[in-house]
Amino acid sequence: MSIVRATIAELAKVFTVRLWWILAIVMVLYVGALAGILAGVFGGLDLSGAAGAPPIDLSGLHLIIYSTASAIGYVFPVLLGALSATSESRHQTLTPTFLANPRRAQVLAAKGVAMALIGALFGVIALVGSVGVGAIVLSAVGKDAGFGDSDTWVLVGRVVLAMALWAVIGVALGTLVPNQVAALVIVLAFTQFVEPILRSVSAIWEWTARVGQFLPGSASDALVGSSVFTSLGATTAEVVELEWWQGGLVLFGIAAVVGVVGYFAVWKRDVT
Amino acid sequence: MAATATTIDVSHLSKTFGAVEAVSDLSFVVEPGSVTGFLGPNGAGKTTTLRMLLGLVTPTSGSATFGGVGYRDLDNPLATVGTALEASSFHPGRTARNHLGIYTTATGISRDRVEKVLKQVGMDAYADRRVGGYSLGMRQRLGLAFALLGDPRVLVLDEPINGLDPEGIRWIRGFLRELADEGRTVLVSSHLLSEVQQSVDRAIIITRGKLVYDGTLTGLEFTARVAVDAPDRAALHAALLAEGARVDVTEGGLIVKELDATTIGAIAHRAGVPLSLLAEQQEGLEAAFLELTSPAPEAKPGAHAAPTEGSAS
Repeated sequence: MSIVRATIAELAKVFTVRLWWILAIVMVLYVGALAGILAGVFGGLDLSGAAGAPPIDLSGLHLIIYSTASAIGYVFPVLLGALSATSESRHQTLTPTFLANPRRAQVLAAKGVAMALIGALFGVIALVGSVGVGAIVLSAVGKDAGFGDSDTWVLVGRVVLAMALWAVIGVALGTLVPNQVAALVIVLAFTQFVEPILRSVSAIWEWTARVGQFLPGSASDALVGSSVFTSLGATTAEVVELEWWQGGLVLFGIAAVVGVVGYFAVWKRDVT
Repeated sequence: MAATATTIDVSHLSKTFGAVEAVSDLSFVVEPGSVTGFLGPNGAGKTTTLRMLLGLVTPTSGSATFGGVGYRDLDNPLATVGTALEASSFHPGRTARNHLGIYTTATGISRDRVEKVLKQVGMDAYADRRVGGYSLGMRQRLGLAFALLGDPRVLVLDEPINGLDPEGIRWIRGFLRELADEGRTVLVSSHLLSEVQQSVDRAIIITRGKLVYDGTLTGLEFTARVAVDAPDRAALHAALLAEGARVDVTEGGLIVKELDATTIGAIAHRAGVPLSLLAEQQEGLEAAFLELTSPAPEAKPGAHAAPTEGSAS
């Protein structure tokens, strides 16, 4: 099966240069540190006796902490996906790639599948950071790490799925925007700046919230089912959120639309 | 299919980039068992033609095939056609061995070929170094290794000599000869005739996207210059003009184009004009190439080069 061979070749492309493990190390440190801080701060609070303050439900605290793997870490598989796609044009490796396999749609599909697998691996690595550090800190402050809670394991599975989808979105974006610098700027500006602002603003009115739930970050948090943004944010306003499977479909839809547009607008173009 | 896919067939090939016609109505055939030079100045359309042949660029019109089969329709393209385009199609952070391994994986070619081709191009000692640290010559060799990966019957090499040191040039000349002697079809592009002159049997010359010469190198020399003179220069001039030769009169004698020294001597002999000078100019081949490819304002180069094609081959 040539699609299998093409996918293995795409996996080999990622694992034969250093970028993937550099990103993985930065991600696990970043996610682990944040999970540790959240667990320390919120786990150390004793809110039961606080008078006057609105009661905050912290029964799902462990879920919120573990979900940082995707809620914070999602930018890493997007970056890896976008960089793996754009490096092909930057280093002109599209030429040998298409010489070896002139079926360009198949090459792009193989790239998507390969990056989904690597995104899932990134999900596992990010969970090592968020669950590993988070559970240790929660136990240290005397809170339940939630390993007996089935919701924990559902969340773990959905984080892996979300990270896989984010990596595919990265590939799709890198296909549509082959300029590596431009793609990097778009990923960082959108995920770190534009989307957080849109999500905050959209939460103000109900009708904007209905639109805002389709933002990729919101969809991702809906898929995972728990997030620092939704759970520790405005607890008074009603949180408008998609079902978990709808969140997954939104992410997949974004990847598919951007990927198909990228294929017809850029991928099929002359390689000069 | 595989049996016939060893000739390169370019037929009425054209490519327009916006308002620029990079290749226009180009036709030629490259046969197995010889090294064919694909020559022309920078920007003549060589690389665009090769990229159309390899399915990387879509032609505006016409076709470029391997015995009638387009590159994109080949069963296992790397096992049929080996290609080395520009010397920079590598990820700088990847080793040579891994670079080649990716394409054996993608195509199902045996992984053993990686070691073989690395040895063949003399790169086995550097195979585990990252390509980013390679010299241009090493990149050229790695490009060749990629071309040889599928043990193909057809080789398409774009400027393979560019950037090689004298030892590398000597090596690649022998190497190309060896490949052709094994019955392979070898097409080598270059912007310098002198670079490939010793290794090619045939030359296809294009300029500004148009074919200006297709034939043997000896045939190309017929378009070169011969200096000839006689004590009775006027009689010689008249005799040559009567035979339809193109003659330039200079202070040192007559310069005849498109005829070789033997023919000129015979013409003079028949006319009974004793010669005082008859010399093929040393830079004849290079001069002929320059004349064919220079932006000549007076006459279209194709106009006088085309007729020699028949007599040459």
